[in-house]
Amino acid sequence: MTGIKTLADLKRKQEEVRREIDLRRRAEEPDSLVQVKVAMATCGIASGAKIVMDLFVRELPRRGIEAVVTQTGCMGYCFAEPTVEITLPGKEPIVFGYVDAHKVDEIIEHYIKQGELVDGIIPQNYNTIAEPD
Amino acid sequence: MSHYKMHLLVCAGTGCQSSQSGLIHEMLKDELDRKGLKEDVQVIKTGCFGFCERGPIVKILPDNTFYTEVKPEDIREIVDEHLIKGRRVHRLLYLDPETEEHILDSKKMGFYKKQLRIALRNCGIIDPENIDEAIGRDAYQALGMVLTRHTPEETIEIIKRSGLRGRGGAGFPTGIKWEIARRNSADQKYVVCNADEGDPGAFMDRSILEGDPHSILEAMAICGYCIGATKGLIYIRAEYPLAIKRLKIAIRQAREYGLLGEDILGTGFRFDINLRYGAGAFVCGEETALIHSMEGKRGEPSNKPPFPAARGYLGKPTNVNNVETFANIPVILLKGVEWFSSIGTERSKGTKVFALAGKINNVGLIEVPMGITLREIIYEIGGGIKGGKRFKAVQTGGPSGGCLTEKHLDTPIDYESLTAAGSMMGSGGMIVLDEDDCMVSVAKFYLDFIVEESCGKCAPCRIGNRRLYEILERICDGKGTGEDLEKLYNLANVIKDTSLCGLGQTSPNPVLSTLNNFPEEYREHAVDKKCRSGKCRNLLYYVIDDENCVGCMACVRVCPVNAITGARKQTHFIHQDKCIKCGSCMDKCQFDAIGLKSDYDRHTVSILVN
Repeated sequence: MTGIKTLADLKRKQEEVRREIDLRRRAEEPDSLVQVKVAMATCGIASGAKIVMDLFVRELPRRGIEAVVTQTGCMGYCFAEPTVEITLPGKEPIVFGYVDAHKVDEIIEHYIKQGELVDGIIPQNYNTIAEPD
Repeated sequence: MSHYKMHLLVCAGTGCQSSQSGLIHEMLKDELDRKGLKEDVQVIKTGCFGFCERGPIVKILPDNTFYTEVKPEDIREIVDEHLIKGRRVHRLLYLDPETEEHILDSKKMGFYKKQLRIALRNCGIIDPENIDEAIGRDAYQALGMVLTRHTPEETIEIIKRSGLRGRGGAGFPTGIKWEIARRNSADQKYVVCNADEGDPGAFMDRSILEGDPHSILEAMAICGYCIGATKGLIYIRAEYPLAIKRLKIAIRQAREYGLLGEDILGTGFRFDINLRYGAGAFVCGEETALIHSMEGKRGEPSNKPPFPAARGYLGKPTNVNNVETFANIPVILLKGVEWFSSIGTERSKGTKVFALAGKINNVGLIEVPMGITLREIIYEIGGGIKGGKRFKAVQTGGPSGGCLTEKHLDTPIDYESLTAAGSMMGSGGMIVLDEDDCMVSVAKFYLDFIVEESCGKCAPCRIGNRRLYEILERICDGKGTGEDLEKLYNLANVIKDTSLCGLGQTSPNPVLSTLNNFPEEYREHAVDKKCRSGKCRNLLYYVIDDENCVGCMACVRVCPVNAITGARKQTHFIHQDKCIKCGSCMDKCQFDAIGLKSDYDRHTVSILVN
């Protein structure tokens, strides 16, 4: 461990470690942040959902977006895997299919940042017996 | 930068550790390792989540899943289902007692909804054994700000304006305490943290020290800067091994980083902290007794003045604050006076941590804004009384406090209102009693504790409390008289008025408050010789149930004192004046006709006897 000799040192240290535990702060207020759910069932993982999730986890903070990235089970759109559900604060969730590295970039830049819809949206065509959490 | 997608927080407070959370933590790590998830999921041991009733707790972020009563054998399922497949393990989720639904997000649990966590801000969120996590959550920022931007006087002014009052019990304004200590000049001064938490059933301070030790170290350093002290001491009881261990680790890490020691943050300010162990005496929570104990003398209080701020540890000016008080300091400085003083009531600002215990569904640690009502605490956060029983009273402030009853349920809680209701804020123990509890026995229990813990220095406390206890014992044994009640009342007031220290002066509180709130129960015990809750064994009566008694004579023959009369095939009768309550008759009866009742039919008896 190196010493913290000045207040600037302390601030730098805080910045450095804050990112590591930032997820815990964000989890306290998920509704005010962008929520990304990656379908990580067998079908999703086989089609590359893990890479997609890794990309979201890495890219969102790098592009200065406060988000909560979670994984979920199969959404049923196995034909369109990997699928990702994005909920912007105060908006209805939207599901994107056939997500790859390129698509991740497009979703972040266009939908998450500017609210513009991009291709590949899967219309929600079912109701659940309970309100989704 | 970390790429952990999930954080697994395992509670490592004393409560959860005693139900194997240590093992759970190890197994989680092993299992993640085996499944190749080590790089994706971070597992951390944290401080207390407060929901001790359902420990051990495992919380999963970012989806806020709150698993309760997790057992080692559940680990594999959690990893396979939740972490790999993203499906929550429903049977381990908290079940809302009202809607009978599993709650997915811990923020929606009744237990957390009404809470506001300031002193507990990091408990259950960071790894207390890792200074980096604390720094990531603003630890030492307030110290840095104060050292570089504020003079000690300015800092004290901020604390004064915030309205923060001592959380140890009496509620003395913290800023004023610091100001007095600052004004007294000396070659050496001391900052002391009072971690001698002695109330039965209280664990607020322990949980803060276990969950967020750096907040205390930082606040003590700030206090040192304000009053002009370079040495800090934490007086902690030796029966808090986990808190001691984590404090030691925290002090070591802070020293390595240079956040304690010489020339802190390049400002020339120096401050260091050491631990002092207590042997666990209640009286040592009183500041003068605490100081004597730290000096190696007997833990006895002395007359004030001189106050410790003038002549304390080793005769030097000393500022003593409670753990929870310190835990509030850094946040107040960072978030500002306006923010802090907007919380709470007119004269009591901020929040208070309470340890909920007794006959309540959600036993645990809570932090609520001042001004909340007892009803909200007991029924909303605490989830109501165990087993759907009726609420009877709540004992606040430990053995120095008193009980609050149904009529106080809607009183907003602050220092003044609790005192007005005949109790006190105390350090924050809250023991809930239901209809099955006997208030005379409760008073006796607390007095027993006081008699045990009285240091013996002054006569009113040493002898008076012993006499009080004897009177209560007499009443519970069925040997009391109506006069005893008056004696209780008078003696209690004498002790209150003439004892030397705070412990003695408040020691009769449990008796006085139960006497005031439940006079009829005392009267029943002393005069009618009955205990409505059935807790006092000597006030129970063996009674024969006429319907079940077949008149077999078995009990009549077995009674060693011939207290049972009756002829064959006729209902038998127990003469209460002769009965020695040995229980032989009940053992002998094969028809379940003899029961232990809290009362007997006095009317019929008087006719029979005459």
